[in-house]
Amino acid sequence: MARMAGRRALFAVPVLLLVTFGVFAVATASPFDPVKAYAGTAGLTATQENLDQLHANLGVDQPLVSRWWHWLTSALTGDLGDSSVMRQPVADVITERLGWSTLLAATAFAVAVLLGTGLGILAARRPGGWLDRIVGSAAYTLEAAPVFWLGLLAIWFFALKLGVLPAGGLTDTASDTVTPGQVATHLVLPALVLGVSQLPWFYLYVRQGVADALEEDAVRGARARGLAERTVLLGHALRSGMLPMLTLLGSRVPELITGALLVETVFSWPGIAAATVQAAVSVDFPLLAALTVLATAAVLLGNLLSDLLYGLADPRVGFNG
Amino acid sequence: MTARSIRATAAAALAGALALTAAACSNPGSGPDGAGGTAKDSAVVGIAYEPDSLSPLLGYGKDGNSKIFDGLLAFDGDMNLKPALAAELPKVSANGLTYTYKLRKGVTFSDGKPFTAKDVVFTYRTILDPKTNSASKGDLDALKDVQAAGDDTVVFTLKYPYAAFAERTVLGIAPEHVAAKQDVNNGPFTTKPVGTGPYVLTNWSKGEKLSFTANEKYWGGAPKVKKFTMAIIKDDDVRATRLRSGDLDGAILPPNLAKGFKGDQGHKTYEATSYDYRLVTLPTHNKVTGDTGIRRALDTAVDRQTMVDQILEGAGKPAYGPVPTDSEWFTQGTERRHDLAAAKQILDEAGWKPGPDGIRVKNGVRATFPLWYLSGDKLRQDHALAYASDAKKAGIDVKVQAGTWEVIQPRMKTDAVLAGGGSPGDPDFDQYLLLRSTLGGDGFNNMGWYDNPAVDKALEQGRATNDKAERKAAYDTVQRELVKNPGYTFLTHIDHVYVVDDRWTGLSTQVEPHDHGLASGPWWNVEDWTPKDTEK
Repeated sequence: MARMAGRRALFAVPVLLLVTFGVFAVATASPFDPVKAYAGTAGLTATQENLDQLHANLGVDQPLVSRWWHWLTSALTGDLGDSSVMRQPVADVITERLGWSTLLAATAFAVAVLLGTGLGILAARRPGGWLDRIVGSAAYTLEAAPVFWLGLLAIWFFALKLGVLPAGGLTDTASDTVTPGQVATHLVLPALVLGVSQLPWFYLYVRQGVADALEEDAVRGARARGLAERTVLLGHALRSGMLPMLTLLGSRVPELITGALLVETVFSWPGIAAATVQAAVSVDFPLLAALTVLATAAVLLGNLLSDLLYGLADPRVGFNG
Repeated sequence: MTARSIRATAAAALAGALALTAAACSNPGSGPDGAGGTAKDSAVVGIAYEPDSLSPLLGYGKDGNSKIFDGLLAFDGDMNLKPALAAELPKVSANGLTYTYKLRKGVTFSDGKPFTAKDVVFTYRTILDPKTNSASKGDLDALKDVQAAGDDTVVFTLKYPYAAFAERTVLGIAPEHVAAKQDVNNGPFTTKPVGTGPYVLTNWSKGEKLSFTANEKYWGGAPKVKKFTMAIIKDDDVRATRLRSGDLDGAILPPNLAKGFKGDQGHKTYEATSYDYRLVTLPTHNKVTGDTGIRRALDTAVDRQTMVDQILEGAGKPAYGPVPTDSEWFTQGTERRHDLAAAKQILDEAGWKPGPDGIRVKNGVRATFPLWYLSGDKLRQDHALAYASDAKKAGIDVKVQAGTWEVIQPRMKTDAVLAGGGSPGDPDFDQYLLLRSTLGGDGFNNMGWYDNPAVDKALEQGRATNDKAERKAAYDTVQRELVKNPGYTFLTHIDHVYVVDDRWTGLSTQVEPHDHGLASGPWWNVEDWTPKDTEK
């Protein structure tokens, strides 16, 4: 198990190198002009001389490879450079925002996994029953619903109609101290929306997996031996029925990141996702590269985690991946 | 109306009524501990744009009216200059090359350190420094040098006489003792500013909000609104919803969403007039748009009032030049009436005869040209399509295309662009950059490569003298020349619409620029608001 994790970590190094180089290459090839993005509306009245000066100051005219190498060597010594779009060091941008995004994504993920699994097991017990039919059709609808729209709907219902939950932000809009209580109430809607948007995948996988497992000979045998339904379900069916879901865990990470972006925008959540898009359209190389490394690491870790879990749940698979 | 659509309408109306009732019940204060806007001396507003930086050295507050910083001068509600950090308006030398400012005494920065002439010199010199990444450097193009004469006098020397220079000195003054010690482009000062202004920034949670508290030691008197918060909410619908839920006290809204608050007892709508124009560039290097007959015909064929009514829902005015019709610098009589027949006649006389497909032709050149607009900008798209449809009626085929600035800019020399801009303060600001022939193709200045010697001369006259009557005459000439040879088709000036809780007195709006600065909107003078004494 440790060997597999170690091997994956070694494998991650070339992947990350390639990905960051890819980011620089794609950004260089992109039609966006970092100087224009930096100048914003002020650039629309700036003189050419002024724009040329910015061009030189921002160092955007150096060749791709040297720029990438410079970024990489500084990053390895701990200097992530300055973000041009945020006008502050990349390290500051990340420390200010990453925690909030992680909190949001982790809570949403927990909601999706727990709720999805729970509902999936219940539905699998009586395929075609009322719960299965209701949750099933809701799941298909949710899969098609844009998370942005879900967010607006949630604000309309919970914040406007019922007035029970805050509509956005990290804390009450008028307050500028961050207290755990406030963050907790402000977290509910965005995390729920993001979690619910991911839920159908887990629900559908678990429902199918457990329903299939209940049909297996081993489970039938267990039933025939007169074991309690509970034991059959949790001890036998769940174990093999959950396997496909574990693979899903890792592969949902990228979706979670893109979903978080929209949710953060709708709820004015001060996370890192919104900064990612800004960095991309502004061709903010240092910020973009650092964020890409983070996202790639998240995906690699997600996959590692699901493989490890798979190995634990089904020893036949082992840890050779 | 079918039974079904009646039912649907009734359901929608019911839902709307429910939503309104819910808003009324939860208003004010929907937050769990009722903090959202209940306190009488706190205000929360929703804005659509987040600033990149709060450093005046990088361009923040350059048009005055920053909440954190003061300039030497400031604009009042009618855009007249008044002293701020300067004790009085500047003394200008007879040749217009030296501006001397006496500074206000006893002003301190929010960290308690005194404000002196050193800070002024530091601010201006830093902005002019080539290593400073400010895209607004061009605003100070006329400035040669700035020097302190003692602790309370500053002398600016100009490269050429520039009448609008005093209007440039509204930009915020940064404290040397803080900002000089760090990287001007990326240092902490860009996000943790220290100024002399009426408010002190207490927190900037990027992507969420900016929080301010009143500067109790403000030289202009401590503001009555003690806490002021700007929530950053990019989506228009979310902003409207949060305003309705009582989470916000005010917000900028597009006209169609602001309509929903009309007749609402608790809210007042403010329509701020602006210099924010939309125009179509008519490049001189294009055979069609460079033709004066075509330019004049388009100017007459375009139906500006319908654009205001349909596209802006009435929140705006027809535009005939960069100067809005209600400005004192506007030249009466230069309005162009929408007159399709006259447009056709102009084209006939200029030799553009209708071809077989109805599109006019002259010497084998078809009257057709591309018109670009910034992709994703709905307002510009609507303007461009309306323009093309009006032009078509006169026999000119305008091909509307969308693109990013990266796509559009290399084509600006020959292709038309639906552009926007506008900065109030001085008539020189827009007109010089738009129309001076030497600025053709210089960045985004004079996008249409307009070249008219009479205009060039008037523009130079307008900035060279400080005599207001002479300046007015010069800008009258410019606007009259634009009637004879329009280098741009000006379409509309856009009002910015704000909806604010009716809990304060002292609200007004300032004439606004194209740029959506933080301090635009009724909160341009939030330091002068006083809470209404209605709540017991």
